[in-house]
Amino acid sequence: MPSTSDGSVTQYAGPLPQPTPETQPFFDGLKERRLMVQRCEACGQAYYYPRPICPHCMSDYVHWFQASGKGRVYSFVISHRSRPGFEAPYVIAVVELDEGPRMMTNLIGIEPDPEVLRCDMPVEIVYDEVTLEVTLPKFRPVEQA
Amino acid sequence: MPPANPRRDLRGSVAIVGASESNRIGVRPDASALTLHAEAAKNALADAGLGIKDVDGLFTAGVTSVQLGEYLGIVPRYTDGTSVGGCSFIIQVEHAMLALAAGIINVALITHGESGRSRIGGIGAGHRGIPPDSPQGQFEAPFGTMGPPTLFSLPATRHMHQYGTTQEQMAQVAVSTRQWAAMHPMAMMKEPITVEDVLASRPVCWPYTLFMCCLVTDAGGAIVMTRADMARGLQRPPVYVLGTGEGTEHNMVSMMADMTTSRAAKVSGKAAFEMAGVSQGDIDVAELYDAFAFTPMLALEDLGFVQPGESGAFVADGRTAPGGEFPMNTNGGGLSYTHSGMYGMFTLIELTRQLRGEAGERQVPNANVGIAHGPGGMFAAAGTLIAGNANSL
Repeated sequence: MPSTSDGSVTQYAGPLPQPTPETQPFFDGLKERRLMVQRCEACGQAYYYPRPICPHCMSDYVHWFQASGKGRVYSFVISHRSRPGFEAPYVIAVVELDEGPRMMTNLIGIEPDPEVLRCDMPVEIVYDEVTLEVTLPKFRPVEQA
Repeated sequence: MPPANPRRDLRGSVAIVGASESNRIGVRPDASALTLHAEAAKNALADAGLGIKDVDGLFTAGVTSVQLGEYLGIVPRYTDGTSVGGCSFIIQVEHAMLALAAGIINVALITHGESGRSRIGGIGAGHRGIPPDSPQGQFEAPFGTMGPPTLFSLPATRHMHQYGTTQEQMAQVAVSTRQWAAMHPMAMMKEPITVEDVLASRPVCWPYTLFMCCLVTDAGGAIVMTRADMARGLQRPPVYVLGTGEGTEHNMVSMMADMTTSRAAKVSGKAAFEMAGVSQGDIDVAELYDAFAFTPMLALEDLGFVQPGESGAFVADGRTAPGGEFPMNTNGGGLSYTHSGMYGMFTLIELTRQLRGEAGERQVPNANVGIAHGPGGMFAAAGTLIAGNANSL
């Protein structure tokens, strides 16, 4: 039975990613609570998901860097059907990182209510250690000053 | 060097000469996916007055063309299994046109069949899981995104935010489409509904309620195409291919560059209109894939029928309903007629019937030029057909 590093026992039922050699550094970073994404040295654009050839200009002169973990909600939906690992209602969102790339994620720490959720609302990363091996990048709202 | 617009020379060069569903559609616990293909193929060929041995070009998606060729017992000399979601069959009209016009084949058969509801046959779209090491398995599925309701809905939310599009406007699409379905003998859902009914139906994935989501059915469909000269000697009025287009952009909806417009649809629509040499105002009837209520709204914008952001107001007053000035999804659509999974085939069948003038009670008066268009995947791809009857040439 898997358990997390804080000792709690879990039986996570949700779908787990299986990294490939190209994406392993991303998932390794998450386990260290760092959001690692790539930037192209040729065109200067950051991008996601990880791959060794830039999707903007096809250069292979790319490097990993640690993103801020801050961004805004680009769009979201509220699923009313439970799935393994997800009890409805839950929020699926696409977040646009401050560095530019967008990523699929879940919004947590907020009511799954269309009256509360807003596109463009500022969010920050939460590292969700779903198993001993896998940490997933989730996001929560940033309290506005 | 190719001519300035090689597509223009192809306008009207080929035609749809046969079109049909499988024997029955809706709930088919008696038929596997391949049988639904085969029934539809048999019926479409009978409609055309041709036999299976006449077919030398085989086009399909969901199953492979070798699975289908074996089932049908034929040895085609040309085959295309382009499979990029529900619009694959619309894209295959373009591919069939090219093979026919080049003289490589004489009779093209394009088939669809899916046991979307009964799940019989073990093959076809929807039966494949998402591999955990695929991009989708790594970067979407871990967030509980399984299934179109959670994915196709993300662009709708962004459109609502950016343009003020409302759930009420989306609900009107479902209401208008249901009115068309009431006049289709094979439609699954015919009971009239109101905007209030749609909004009060069970929430599936906000902003969508149940009645804003397509049906899940078992169905097959097929069309037969030949060159125009041969088409004129066959038994049914030819429906000429005036313009075609296709396009792809992302695979995962989270990678869609701008969720308020599909680049694939714009590329596809532009090519089709330029080839056809018609404008949006010339379109008499529109079959726009409605996987969800918002799906055809975005198509209205990307195909240039309305400006970006204006589709909500356009559909809100029932303009797309029977008697409205813009007849859309006249078969009752994926929302109320049938949606086995890859619905694009049914836009082709209904467009053919409307342009032949054989749509019965739901016939759009003086329908000479029409459009069939759909996305594939989650706005990942797109295919467009502009077609016309003899009056359009």
